Amino acid sequence: MELTGAEIVIRCLQEERVEYVFGYPGGAVLFIYDELFKQEKVKHILVRHEQAAVHAADGYARSSDRVGVAIVTSGPGLTNAVTGIATAYMDSIPMVVISGQVPTFAIGEDAFQEVDAVGITRPCVKHNFLVKDVKDIASTIKKAFYLARTGRPGPVLVDIPKDVSNHKTAFEYPGSVSIRSYHPVGKGDSVQIGRAAQMLLEAKRPMVYSGGGVVLADASGQLTDLVRLLGFPCTNTLMGLGGYPANDKQYVGMPGMHGTYEANMAMQHCDVLLAVGARFDDRVIGNVEHFAQVPRKIIHIDIDPSSIAKRVKVDLPIVGELKMVLDELLGVLRGSRQTPDAADMAAWWKQVDEWRAKGGQRFYKKSSEIIKPQFVIEKLYEVTGGDAFVTSDVGQHQMWAAQYYRFNKPRRWINSGGLGTMGFGLPAAMGVQLVNPDATVACVTGEGSIQMNIQELSTCKQFHLPIKVLTLNNRYLGMVRQWQEFFHGNRYSESYMDALPDFVKLAEAYGHIGMRIDKPSDVEPALKEAFARKNDLVFMDFRTDPTENVFPMIPGGKGLSEVILAEDL
Amino acid sequence: MRHIISLLMENEAGALSRVAGLFSARGYNIESLAVAPTEDPTLSRMTIVTSGSDAVIEQINKQLNKLVDVAAVMDLSEGEHLERELMLVKVRAEGDAREELKHLADIFHGRVIDVSDCTYTIELTDTCANLDSFLEAIGRGLILETVRTGASGIGRGDRILKL
Repeated sequence: MELTGAEIVIRCLQEERVEYVFGYPGGAVLFIYDELFKQEKVKHILVRHEQAAVHAADGYARSSDRVGVAIVTSGPGLTNAVTGIATAYMDSIPMVVISGQVPTFAIGEDAFQEVDAVGITRPCVKHNFLVKDVKDIASTIKKAFYLARTGRPGPVLVDIPKDVSNHKTAFEYPGSVSIRSYHPVGKGDSVQIGRAAQMLLEAKRPMVYSGGGVVLADASGQLTDLVRLLGFPCTNTLMGLGGYPANDKQYVGMPGMHGTYEANMAMQHCDVLLAVGARFDDRVIGNVEHFAQVPRKIIHIDIDPSSIAKRVKVDLPIVGELKMVLDELLGVLRGSRQTPDAADMAAWWKQVDEWRAKGGQRFYKKSSEIIKPQFVIEKLYEVTGGDAFVTSDVGQHQMWAAQYYRFNKPRRWINSGGLGTMGFGLPAAMGVQLVNPDATVACVTGEGSIQMNIQELSTCKQFHLPIKVLTLNNRYLGMVRQWQEFFHGNRYSESYMDALPDFVKLAEAYGHIGMRIDKPSDVEPALKEAFARKNDLVFMDFRTDPTENVFPMIPGGKGLSEVILAEDL
Repeated sequence: MRHIISLLMENEAGALSRVAGLFSARGYNIESLAVAPTEDPTLSRMTIVTSGSDAVIEQINKQLNKLVDVAAVMDLSEGEHLERELMLVKVRAEGDAREELKHLADIFHGRVIDVSDCTYTIELTDTCANLDSFLEAIGRGLILETVRTGASGIGRGDRILKL
């Protein structure tokens, strides 16, 4: 029996056991939406803006081990999706985006709602396809899922012209896929792994630097075993939070621009640095030349060879799937008669603990008059028992959430680390809640970010998503204001958020519960009340201290030891 | 330093723009880029001439390998290799200069492939550097038009780039 292209698209999604797709209909995807309508296996979540569809698919993927799926129409549907796709690309999130395209005979004629989808997305996808023949749909979608989830994951776009989705052909979903020009890596080089083990055992001031790759590879068990076996200090990057449990004594906090003093000093002064699934991002190591001033051996394990030696020189590269490499490394270490030198380790820990005492990340001036944003996150951690999925937008609130919510499990912290996309938090939380229906989901945001995708409160209402939105409302684009205070002579150019809506009424207008919290003493009761409402979305408008800044801070272009601490000012 | 990189990629629409886009997006230099299908029509062979520090060249090779459509990459400059470029150059050829230009073309193993009352079109295949020398020898004043293909490269002996 022959099926239409649109039927084949839906059958492929069923074959991939896709439970939810996030999307928005339009002319070029009408046939696909018609087929969605006729079945029940693949459930569609109608967002209010295509950017949100992609962020929701992204949150869905980040908080599970599945591939997120979004469907958008041609032209503006696709261009609206681009920010979401770029967000997923920067953070290596497995995702398939299906976009409609104008009919093949109209391509290139500046047809209504035509845009070169493959051309526009090329720099921000792992790969993309324009399907010109209905016979190619099944094999292309199979490839798209395979590419999205294997190797270094990433978003893959499949662009399907309207006429192709209406042509007919026999359907057979390929059982397997092989692409002659694509060979994701598996195990690492055993000789290199053996050398790495030796280097680690002989280190005097070792440090483990674990990134988002550990979370994506579901390798946090192996990473945790390794760090505990060796007794080394460990830092998780912004993307890697939860990869190693934050409550563990060997955890030294997050590194980088707003990382802890101890994590940054240990990164700077270690003699052997083990980087796992991390990429020496500019927000992590700051100034490359400053970082290179201190001699240290770097072991870098990553699935993507191009991440190695991109920004810093690496002494011992290991390319491979993290779980396999860490398992093998653990095997070598457990089989070795040697252990790290106890005296060296004691001296190193003494130093790290001195930094820890000086740096006190959890330092801010408590107040009984005005709500400190850090205090809200501390209370959020307590009220949720540290067990919530926390999404965030971008800015000061993101950094405070990363610093003050202690993530003990991977895939619990969902943020746009690479692209830094405001408007990510709420739609991402929708995806998180759908794939974790019984979980507590909190979206920590600011009054600036939330307004970039606030229309999704409507989607949350329609699909009964009981997300708890915590808006740290300081009436400023806080991170912009902070930089203007430090580096632009207190000239607060366009960073004051004037004419804010009444968020309580706005939440109520969307059919949700709104709360405004002005006093520190009301923070905990409000959170308790909100989280007790298991079936409701509660929008909390916390009026926070507008002058609060994120510390510690390493100014852009500075080195890891050139940090400004709160108490320095 | 100048590097000449060869690669095999799927002969599909958009494949060329993936490579060109990679170079512009990451700020790498392209001196020239030559591409055409191979004996296997599903594969294209591309030769890229680029320059950069060792670290940049390493990244270029890795980033090219990362492109899903790219099946194999070889930095020809890392070993013995041959490179050739085809050039067509139209020159003003009048009076005494006609004989002189013909003579110059012979010295550089070029061929005059088209003649008019006042022009010669000379075809020359050689290394990029020798083509440069030829142009220099003629002098810019006489050159009316220059068309170059960019370098094509191949490894010497048993250095083979094949799937």
